[in-house]
Amino acid sequence: MAQRVGMEVSVAIGEMVRMADADVIAAYPITPQTHIVEHLAELVADGELDAEYIPVESEHSAMSACLGAAAAGARTFTATAGQGLELMHEVLYVASSMRLPVVMTVANRALSAPLSVWSDHSDAMACRDTGWIQIFTENGQEVVDNVLCAFRIAEDAEVLLPVMVHLDGFHLSHVIEPILLPEQGEVSAFLPPNKYPLPLNPEKPVAMGDFGPPFIYTEAKWAQEVNLKKSKETILNVWRQFGDSFRRHYQPVEHYRSDDAKVLLLTMGSFSETAMTAIDSMRSDGKDVGLIRLRLWRPFPFEELRQAVKNAEVLIVLDRALSFGGPAGPVASEIKAALYNQQTRPKIVSFVGGLGGRDITAKGFTEIVNRGIEVAQKGSKDEFEIFGVRE
Amino acid sequence: MQNYTVFVPRLAPATENFAPGHRACIGCGEALAVRLACKAIGDNVIVANATGCMEIVASQVPYTSWRVPWIHTLFENTAAVASGIEAGLKAMIRKGQIPDRETKVVAIAGDGGTVDIGLQALSGAMERGHDFLYLCFDNEAYMNTGIQRSSATPFGASTTTSPAGKVSMGQFSWKKDMPAIAAAHNIPYVATANPSYPFDLMEKVEKGLMTKGPAYVHIYSVCPTGWRCPGDLTIRIGRLATETGIFPLYEVEDGQYKLNYDPPKLQPITSYMKLQGRFRHLPPEIIDKIQQTIIEKYQELKEKVAASTGVAGG
Ligand SMILES: Cc1ncc(C[n+]2csc(CCOP(=O)(O)OP(=O)(O)O)c2C)c(N)n1
Ligand code: SF4
Ligand SMILES: [Mg+2]
Repeated sequence: MAQRVGMEVSVAIGEMVRMADADVIAAYPITPQTHIVEHLAELVADGELDAEYIPVESEHSAMSACLGAAAAGARTFTATAGQGLELMHEVLYVASSMRLPVVMTVANRALSAPLSVWSDHSDAMACRDTGWIQIFTENGQEVVDNVLCAFRIAEDAEVLLPVMVHLDGFHLSHVIEPILLPEQGEVSAFLPPNKYPLPLNPEKPVAMGDFGPPFIYTEAKWAQEVNLKKSKETILNVWRQFGDSFRRHYQPVEHYRSDDAKVLLLTMGSFSETAMTAIDSMRSDGKDVGLIRLRLWRPFPFEELRQAVKNAEVLIVLDRALSFGGPAGPVASEIKAALYNQQTRPKIVSFVGGLGGRDITAKGFTEIVNRGIEVAQKGSKDEFEIFGVRE
Repeated sequence: MQNYTVFVPRLAPATENFAPGHRACIGCGEALAVRLACKAIGDNVIVANATGCMEIVASQVPYTSWRVPWIHTLFENTAAVASGIEAGLKAMIRKGQIPDRETKVVAIAGDGGTVDIGLQALSGAMERGHDFLYLCFDNEAYMNTGIQRSSATPFGASTTTSPAGKVSMGQFSWKKDMPAIAAAHNIPYVATANPSYPFDLMEKVEKGLMTKGPAYVHIYSVCPTGWRCPGDLTIRIGRLATETGIFPLYEVEDGQYKLNYDPPKLQPITSYMKLQGRFRHLPPEIIDKIQQTIIEKYQELKEKVAASTGVAGG
């Protein structure tokens, strides 16, 4: 039986990677990811995880080493945050394009300048076009569960894509939470051994990463798009099976008191729990509001999102990243695009907030909702508002 | 000097793991060097290749010249990719997931992919002590993108980003000494090689392959297109590079320097430079300066050799 333990979330990630029996970990330290890779280094040093730990000299090399290890057929894990994810950027595209099932946790961190080690989603949003599966989590349990699911999804023969599990830096990475850690036997039963179909192997030579002229490049990218879109079936399936085995259930779009609510708030990541508190108090004040959260960011859950908002009149989206000079926060603009051609759709109001670790309290969320309703009614000359900014 | 009979085809393995039919220019010294290296490497290998001429000419979908498992990902990360392959094999063998076939891992890159943009990844991989062989094919510029300078371009050479002009003599800096940088990582094996000395090259590649831990072989590669020389002079120019002392053939084994070929008398560098358009603009005083530097560097190398063997003059 699973044990409920009080554990730092970063340490719990390490424990899950240990139980997943990863073969190669290549990582470079960056706050707030450090506790994850430190714990993994300890597990390897103590012989509790039989893996090669490559203490690379940069994140670019971390992801590059992951490419090599995954191509050789090894179960491969890494973790990073903020600047580290940016330094990997170029390599991220290669991992997905070459269908290498690397699993990575990203302790979401703001991007320089000014330097900030604190959390927002700028790093995560900057890699939304890299072809990775991206899953957002709201608490320690969700992180640990989704790290396990990530290996299954990534390595599934129908998928073979890299997966990022996003957790907000500090807000999640550094907190101690009660976490139900499964037993080794349960993990082994849920996660079959990694069987990469065509690994680098002298007995059956393959050429990987050829040079693709115009006659083939478009088809290669189209195949990748089809593959990523289709991966949603496997993701849903893995979550369903996870629910059957572990009694915790995950959905691409999560709901909280959203049924028939005329006003919906949409958040991602650890802020969602505070937002729920705000929804509760607004509900007790008789306000018709609910919350939805995007868990699956890539592939984008179009049907689930459309279904979730179809009865709403106002949808207020909180982004924790800016798209400078753009039409809204990145999440809001994608949601606008996803709903634009629908017969009926809510008015969408875009807020950006929680940048570089600035907290938003339950009271703050109530203000966001009230202001959102006002903007929806009266309109605004601005594409979006930055919540709480001192102008 | 004109004696090319040193190449005895019967003595080289007949297998071609870098198959013909690729798109390298006529007389490409780099393709020749890769072909010879592949003869020495054999079949039981995984090759990680950086972006550059050798990747572009030999891997265009749907063809490949590679008859061994081969992976290309990016320009600057080949040593890191090789690290990952080596670590992956090691872990999977230890855990009984795959049999131990004693497969070797070889990373290959051009001078740009090695001495410039890939230096950090290479330094990291050497320092961590991965069991792999790194081959740098040095044609002294970024050829794949159109003959731009690298830090391995020799002083005075005209390239598209160090062009000789009214107020410029071409490349303004001296060639980065990459074998010395590799040796400074205290790895067990470092060597220089030159396809104009094919057996020496194959021996060194094999030695590097068999070395436990990181091995680095820096391979001189004539590029007729970039150096503006006739393609039928590739072998001769390669020989002259060594006969002039511009590209000496040596090994550094466990820190001990050994000169593999010490010409009785160094040829003047003009015999080498006059065959190449990239040096054509250089006035005699610059050539003299280069000549002097080459002799000094050669002397320095001989001192290291002497210090290693205890025999003055090496
Ligand atoms: C990050 C990045 N920067 C630049 C390039 C463009 N590029 C591709 S190959 C190359 C030069 C290769 O030079 P070298 O390593 O010496 O190999 P050669 O072609 O000379 O054999 C350059 C600049 C790239 N592919 N990636
Ligand atoms: S440009 Fe130079 S190195 Fe590249 S294929 Fe042609 S001759 Fe060879
Ligand atoms: Mg080059």
